[in-house]
Amino acid sequence: MKFKTRSFDDVPGVLEVRDLTVRLAGNDTAPPVLDRVSLKIRQGETVCLVGESGSGKSVTSLSIMGLLPKGALVATGGRIELENRNLLELGPQAMRDMRARKISMIFQEPMTALNPVIRVGDQIGEVLDTHTRLPAREKKARVLDIMNQVHLPDVERIYRSYPHQLSGGQRQRIMIAMALILEPQLLIADEPTTALDVTTQKQILSLIAELQETHGTAVLFITHDMGVVAEIADTVHVMKLGQIVEHAPVEDLLRRPRQEYTKQLLQSVPSLTPRAPRAMSADGTVLSVSGLQKVYGAHGVFVRREPTRAASDVNFSISRGRTLGIVGESGSGKSTVARCIMRLVDPTDGDIRVADQEIARLSRRELRPYRKHIQIVFQDPFRSLNPRWTIGRSLIEGPLNIGTDKQAALKRAAELLTLVGLPDDAVNRYPHQFSGGQRQRVAIARAIAMEPDVLVADEAVSALDVSVQAQVLDLLDELQQKLGIAILFITHDLRVAAQICDEVVVMQHGRIVEHDTAANVLANPQHPYTRALIEAAPGRQWDFANFRELQTA
Amino acid sequence: MAASPQPAARLQWLFGAIAVPRGWRAGAGPIIAAIVLFVIVFLALAAPLIVPHDPLAMDAVQRLKGPSDVHPLGTDAYGRDVLSRVITGGRISLFIGLGAAVVSVMIGLMIGLVSGFFRTADAIIMRIMDSLMAIPSILLAIALVALNGPSIWSVMGAITIPEIPRVVRLVRSVVLSAREEPYVEAAIALGSSMPKILWQHLMPNTLAPLIVQGTYICASAILTEAILSFLGAGVSTEIPTWGNIMAEGRIYFQLKPSLIFWPGLMLSLCILSINLLGDTARDMLDPRLKKREA
Repeated sequence: MKFKTRSFDDVPGVLEVRDLTVRLAGNDTAPPVLDRVSLKIRQGETVCLVGESGSGKSVTSLSIMGLLPKGALVATGGRIELENRNLLELGPQAMRDMRARKISMIFQEPMTALNPVIRVGDQIGEVLDTHTRLPAREKKARVLDIMNQVHLPDVERIYRSYPHQLSGGQRQRIMIAMALILEPQLLIADEPTTALDVTTQKQILSLIAELQETHGTAVLFITHDMGVVAEIADTVHVMKLGQIVEHAPVEDLLRRPRQEYTKQLLQSVPSLTPRAPRAMSADGTVLSVSGLQKVYGAHGVFVRREPTRAASDVNFSISRGRTLGIVGESGSGKSTVARCIMRLVDPTDGDIRVADQEIARLSRRELRPYRKHIQIVFQDPFRSLNPRWTIGRSLIEGPLNIGTDKQAALKRAAELLTLVGLPDDAVNRYPHQFSGGQRQRVAIARAIAMEPDVLVADEAVSALDVSVQAQVLDLLDELQQKLGIAILFITHDLRVAAQICDEVVVMQHGRIVEHDTAANVLANPQHPYTRALIEAAPGRQWDFANFRELQTA
Repeated sequence: MAASPQPAARLQWLFGAIAVPRGWRAGAGPIIAAIVLFVIVFLALAAPLIVPHDPLAMDAVQRLKGPSDVHPLGTDAYGRDVLSRVITGGRISLFIGLGAAVVSVMIGLMIGLVSGFFRTADAIIMRIMDSLMAIPSILLAIALVALNGPSIWSVMGAITIPEIPRVVRLVRSVVLSAREEPYVEAAIALGSSMPKILWQHLMPNTLAPLIVQGTYICASAILTEAILSFLGAGVSTEIPTWGNIMAEGRIYFQLKPSLIFWPGLMLSLCILSINLLGDTARDMLDPRLKKREA
């Protein structure tokens, strides 16, 4: 693994944050949101701010931009110095002048950060209008120039496009162009690649690095992904509960973390080395899918569009107690497959066999008795539980449907909560009283309550912090051993797939391009797409959990 | 924060994640509106007990008299006591307003739930609703009264039917977005039956907007009833309603404007208060408002 090793000792600083304290407005007794945060960014340096959700990463960046939500958060102490001026003391007008000229920011969601009804060229031009006076011709020339610099293809066409006509990666490039057109000294990137696919992420990261090189911009990069940190950081600051617990050059931090919290954080990063292969059980197949196809759109009276093949010719099967992973980027059809198997959408063609029964063509009513054999856990734990229902009521919904009596179901619900590691008095509480990880445990318990043969986990750990992610993966593994369920694990994250899957199916454009054991797919990928996916995984040569290079066996 | 978890839990059930913003306080307007409405409703309910005279008793000697000790607001062309008639008139107006709101919300809720959840039913139901929306309520009322004779029920039907499509559209839009929620899909996967999902998972989402819509329907129904009575297409003239009283007073408007003024004042106050309360409910229950405050 090649880390950035450039020394910044004799380079002039760009921004210095000293003892920044941010509190909830009008509440001096609550613990501060940021507690004496200090950091320094020098010319051309990339400083990574890592931490789990709620650690104060984004609040730090918003304070620097002067964008703290009014009336909710206030900076009560410390200094933010840029060019010997304290940004905290600047008035709104002076601060507006600073933005884009001296500091600019790119956000996580390029779709919501761009105005959907203005052409992207005009949106970039707007930055120039606000801060400079340029004749129209020169303005357009500068916009096209910066669009070329961020490597957008066919810039004249994209100049006239609306955000929805561009891909996620292109939109993020537009955001970067907007941020850099006035050559600011500092670029703040708040999780800029989290919403992107790995291959796109890789391109955006190298683009930021390249522009940083040519313009000498300092970058404050906020992320939760240790892989990204290993790829791009010069210096890393680890945040926890509003405090910076440790900061060091990237290689030092990854090799010799000093703080217990940093060690924990690194140890919970799943490794790309596949799990030890498990013995095939003799119990036989519980779910088999053959020739599955789903076509969207097509015929209407007035509309004649090319139908979209979300999935075609998908075949696989899972045996009892085994885990099959479906890996692919967004739009590869992996979720469509999951939803077809659950019959949340009706497959266009193909067979799905569950409990020795073909279910792909059953009517909704005929299907209901077979629902219990296959259950699903969704990605977003905040939306997958009815906010108006107590945990207990959610847990017994399924069992009541298959005729369990209420007392028995409630008793079982309490047992299930213990099984997934929650207190059994949680039955009387509401989802909003729990954290994301706890809610995901409840969602798993709800699925397990039906005693299914197959559990479909649709990106079930993607919305969780790494440490919580590791716990939920452990839970799934433990449940599998206790109950012998088969798991169909859908994910975009190869690391997670490596940790939990026996077999991996790689999907692209609705087709399976590779299907093999997890060890073979990761160590010896056959299809070019699989290879591209593995190569794009950030920090893949580093074994985070053991603080050293990955040992190739 | 929550001293007693029970009521908080009930609010949670009714409004879901959209709780009333913390620190939200009603201004003077809504409080005055609530008091005014309370007084009007109280007077209407207690009318038979508190009116000084029989609202229907005619007295040929006392025609078109001004305010006096016996008749505080004077008398009309038949010598009937205006105060008693205005108080009694509120009974029918409020009954029709409330009735139209409750009936149209009930029917609209049922149709809207089905329409939002089942695609095939949706296509058919929404076309029917579109055609219902094209019927002007006053024309429908005249037709119904012509068919069935003037009665409270024809008037209420005429007001309710054109309101139903509006409720259906509202409920349908809420259901359309709520059915995409993973917890609804999880319920499908758990094998819950469609009626159960509709009623237990989706219906509670519609309650907050329906409460707001209901107040507007109530206000507009009271107004429509008054218009119909004024036009002579409403409730039969023997029963005093605000519209009837004004219609009869119209002839003597130049001679004695108070015959129109008092029922008109009651009508305006009543509608103003209901609308004000509706706006307040909307502010309280609107999730966007909460976000703005955060």
